[in-house]
This record gives sequence, C-alpha cells and structure tokens, in this order.
Amino acid sequence: MDLQFTEQENSFRHDLRDWLATAIPLMPAEPERNDWAARRAYDTTWQRMLFDAGYAGINWPKEFGGLGASPTEHLIFLEESERARAPYVGHNFVGLLHAGPTLVTEASPEQKAFHLPAILRGDHVWCQGFSEPGAGSDLASLSCRAIRDGDDYVITGQKIWTSFGHNADYCEMLVRTDTDVPKHRGITWLIVPMGLDGMDVRPLRTMEGSTEFCEVFFDEVRVPVANRVGAENDGWRVAMVTLSFERGTAFVSELLQSVELAHDLAALAKKITRNGVPAWEDAGLRRDLGRMCAELDALWALTKRNVSQAQRTGLVGPGGNVFKLSYAELRQRLGDLAMHLLDRASLSIDDVGDLPTHAHVHGRIHALSLGIAAGTSQVQRNIVAERILGLPKDR
Amino acid sequence: MDFELDDDERALQDGIRSFLTGRFPIDTVRANEETGGALDRPLWKELADVGVFSLRRDGFGMVESVLAFEELGRTLVAGPLVATHLAASFIDGAGDGSRVVGIIEPSEPVTIVEHHASLDDVVLVRDDGLFLLDPAALTVKTSAHPLDPLTPVSTVADVPDGVRVGDAEEAIAFRRDGMVLTGALQLGLCLASIELARAYAMEREQFGRPIGSFQAVKHMLADMLTRAEVTRAAVYSAAVNIDGRGDSTDLVQTARMAKILAGDSAVFCGKTCIQVHGGMGFTWEVHAQRYWKRACVLDTHFGNSDHHAEAFANAL
Repeated sequence: MDLQFTEQENSFRHDLRDWLATAIPLMPAEPERNDWAARRAYDTTWQRMLFDAGYAGINWPKEFGGLGASPTEHLIFLEESERARAPYVGHNFVGLLHAGPTLVTEASPEQKAFHLPAILRGDHVWCQGFSEPGAGSDLASLSCRAIRDGDDYVITGQKIWTSFGHNADYCEMLVRTDTDVPKHRGITWLIVPMGLDGMDVRPLRTMEGSTEFCEVFFDEVRVPVANRVGAENDGWRVAMVTLSFERGTAFVSELLQSVELAHDLAALAKKITRNGVPAWEDAGLRRDLGRMCAELDALWALTKRNVSQAQRTGLVGPGGNVFKLSYAELRQRLGDLAMHLLDRASLSIDDVGDLPTHAHVHGRIHALSLGIAAGTSQVQRNIVAERILGLPKDR
Repeated sequence: MDFELDDDERALQDGIRSFLTGRFPIDTVRANEETGGALDRPLWKELADVGVFSLRRDGFGMVESVLAFEELGRTLVAGPLVATHLAASFIDGAGDGSRVVGIIEPSEPVTIVEHHASLDDVVLVRDDGLFLLDPAALTVKTSAHPLDPLTPVSTVADVPDGVRVGDAEEAIAFRRDGMVLTGALQLGLCLASIELARAYAMEREQFGRPIGSFQAVKHMLADMLTRAEVTRAAVYSAAVNIDGRGDSTDLVQTARMAKILAGDSAVFCGKTCIQVHGGMGFTWEVHAQRYWKRACVLDTHFGNSDHHAEAFANAL
C-alpha cells in the first residue's frame, strides 16, 4: 500500500494547479441561485475553458476526445478544483458523467460523432429522464410508454427529478417498450431532444427553495427510432453500463467541502458564546466535532481505497455503497451540530449579523437529500447485505 | 498512489491467517477462560515464531504489522500482544516470545495491569517517558471476575518509578504505534463479529424463513460492514503514514483517527452481533459476547475513543 503520488501524478497536479490559478480569475461572478439561464451560461463557459485547456472529459477515452486520465488523476483533478474553488460541473453533470460515458460504449458511430464533441465543448446540456412518480427505488417498474409507429417512438407518460430539465438540449431517457415481459426486459434507452411537441417541463421546487429539478410530461411525443441507443428492450443493461463508470470519485468535492465546513465550525465555536463563555469550552461539543472530523478523514482514506480499487480493476466495488451510506449519515450529524451551535441564528438561511449562517443552514438542508438521492440509504443497505454479505433476497 | 494491498502484503496476511486458523481455533483461544485466563506459553512462543512480535525488527513495517494484528484480533487471541510487539525494540526476549511484556498506563479512576500473573516485564508509559518495572514488585489486587474472561485485570497501588528505557519522544511514538496496532485488533474484531452474525442470520429461521431475509436484520449487518470498511481505511491509512508512504503532516492525529473509528466500530459490531443472535447472543456459549467484551477492553487501551475525539478537536 502506498499513499504517495507518482512523479507523473504530481506533475499532472502541478500543471492543473497552474492552469486553475490563471483560468478561474477569468470567470465572471457566479449568478443568482435560481437564474437558470445565467447559470447555464456560467457552467458551459467553464466547460468550454476546460475543453480549450484539454481538461474536458477527464475520464473519457482519448479516442472520443477525453483526457483518458486514470482514476487517481481524476481524484487529483477534483481535489485541486475544489481547493482552488473552481466552478462545479453544474449543468454539464449528466452529459459528462452519465449520458456521455453511456454513449461512448453503447451508441452508434453517428450518434457518437454528433453528441460527444458537443458535450465536451459545453455546447449541449443534457438532463436525465429515468425516475417517475411511481418508479423511484424500484426504477425498473417505470411505466412511461413508448409505442413504435413507423420510424418513430410515440412517448406518453411522466418523468420526475429531472435536473436542469428546463435548460437542457437533450434528455437521456428510459421508456417502457414492452409491457408483457418481466419489468427489466421491456425498457429502452432513448436520446430525446428537449422542446418537442407534446412535452411539458414544469419546475419542481425543493425544500431548499431551488427549482433545479423538473417534472417532464409527455403527451404523444414523437422521437425517431434512430435516437435509440442499444437494442429495443435492452435499455436496462444500457443504463447499468453507466454505473460501471463510477471510479470512486463521485463525492470528492462534497467530502472536501464538508471537511472545510467542519474546520469552520471549530472556528465558529470559538467565537460564539454561551452563558458568556465560548461554546468551544464545552467538552461535549469538542468531542462530537472531533469524532466527526476523524470520521471525515477516514472517509477521505476510504475514497483513496475506492479509487485504487477502480484503478486496479475498473470497478469501485462495495466501497462505493459503504462510502455513500457513511457519508450521508455523517454529513447530517455535522449539520445537526452546526444547527445546535448556531441555535436561534439557524432560523435564518441568510447570514445573520457576522455569522456564516447560510453555509451551515443551507448545508444542513442539503444533507437531507444525501440519504435519498441516487439510491436511498435503505436501498444501499439492502445492496450491501444482499450483494456483499450474500444474505437472501426478500421478495 | 495505490491504497490496495500488494501481492507481498496479501501473502503475508494470508499466511498469518492460515497459521492462526490452524493453531488458534476459538476453542483453543478460550481454553483458559474458566481458569483465570493465564497465557499458554508454548502457544505464545508459536506466535513469536511466525514473527508477530518481531515483524518491525525483521525489516517489515507498520503496514505488515497491522495486517498481522488484524488477523490476531479476528481470532480473539488474548494477551499483551501490542505491548510485547512494541517492547521488542528495547527488551531482549520480547521478540522471540521468551518474555511476555505488559503495560501500565497510569489512569483514573484506577490504574489497571492486565495479565499480571503471566508477565515477565511491565512497561510504564508516562508523558515523560517509558520505564521498565518488575511485575513481581507491584502491589496488585486481581479481580476474580474480569469483564473479558480472557483478559485478567489487576488494580495497581503505588506505581513505582522504574528504570527509564525511553524519553518523552519515544513515549509519544510508543502510544501512537500502540493506538494503530490496537486499532488493527479492533478491526479484526469487527470482521469476526460480522462473520458470526452473518452465519447466524443465514441459518436461523423464524416465521418460516432465515432471519437474514428480513430487512431489519439485513440493515444491522449492512451497518456493521459499513463501519468495518471505513475503519479498515482509517487503520491502513495510519499504518501507511507511519511507514512514511503517506501525506499526513501529523502522525499522532492520524493514529487518533484510527483509534476513534476502530474503538467505536468494534463496540458497535460486537453489540450488534449479540442483537442479531437474539436470546442466544446473551448466552455464555455463543461467541458474540466475547467479541463485544474484547472490544470494550481494547477501547480502554492507549486512551478510549472519547478521549481521542476530544484530543482530535483540540488539535484542529
């Protein structure tokens, strides 16, 4: 075992650090939270800068315009970007990390030639139409119907949790093409251009107050059969291929932010007084925070194990589920501690006086989504128990 | 960077594991639990012969030691394993198993020495240094019913000064390495608890099916595995850093991380293993209790997880 970086990895880091130092100051100020047009422009501008510098599609194969970087280099990329406070992937998330990699392995040469360069340059924004009101944890039970009519599929149904749906150019979509077979075998993966006749995109406001998510309604929307990726009814396999691109780096930015937040909390506790003395004098608070900081460091170590595993075998393995389960709970405990420390200052999401309330309260709300999004903690536990420990399925 | 075991590390761990599986089955390990938990010296010598106490003198590092101690923890082997390993650098005979070395960390509300009747030497660990004591010269009162029957405990009155064998710096390193090796034993306890709980959940049937098919039971096991794997990352990371192949700027803080995670996880896995076993988990016969009890013992070594959590915060 070796946690030191190779000469090549170090030189990758230094070049990147130098580039970030010159590129970030060229970016305009970050737009308002719910100004989606401005945010799209901001996110895609950054993507274009990454593209011009050769850092777009860091984990994509070179033959499709990516950098072909190793999982360790991907880790370094995310670590350096976070430390330099570079813009996040934002609107480019689905294209770069989900739809793009799927197209790389499963799409036709024509589909690849049209879509992949546009994603890398930040020209096209993608969204995801997988979940439905009736198909959450049980995604394969999805019922949004696509009926073949000549050279088209005619889609009727509803999708939900579609991030950036109101701003996207394309949607990676799972539709039901056969209702007479076991649920996993009647699903098809389609590239659906946004804004077609019969499509209605409605913002879905979250408890954060954000309208990043959308619901998308389909009423006899016609999509060419040529937009299908993979065979008809083979969409579940195509969608699962996407998961194999995870290399243990999914939560690097989040985790490093939380480490910083935890250190900020220590500073805050030294400043905030209770009964006239700094809250930091409370040994119980110090123990709680110390324990959480140690656990965050352990999760950073686990991240490196997962990345090493991906580097060796191409797959993260169980470490990915373990990470997500641990992090979701730890981040919530950290948020609770912040709320208690701030006490009545936590009643405002905006900063109160000279207290950094926003970061902590907004972070606390955000943390509630971590045990739900991309597989609830309960589903994660089932996966760990059944696939790793081999316990019997309960059906 | 490659934070996976390499072939040599894996071979070493496999070797220790198959040795322990062959020579230290649970019935051998617990043989003395009804008779005061005295150490079996020939078996102790066998441990020494495979290098458990002398690994770091024989050219191996903390990584290899941690891999070996993980297996010792898994097997529930009793005795002052960590103290003897650490003392091998300054006590002749500790490494080859001819001397069993214990430890005293002066503590509140009582100072305890473990395995007193089996010890040849005692290392007194204080902030100002390491000191050698003669166990026969100690005034001790041995408990008739130790929490862990395989870890006899005695209170010590009036700890003498002893002969200095290390300075303050060496005491810091001794404690630091002790935390990480103890963390490895605790990791092993987690893994053994999971194995036992898993086997029971697969085999025990209620309501006409294995209890492991119920989500309530599955989730307990998933939580055990989750905590064990995070602990593994913490313990291995601390070991790699001590061996100089890491990026930590504060080795004591990294060791604390390992001890906090390992202490909490081992107690959690032990008690969850008991819970998975239901009524049987509360019996003497089932080994679940043994893992939990050992976890409680090890948490007190070199400072418990609460102590280190506060120290970790104070260093922020």
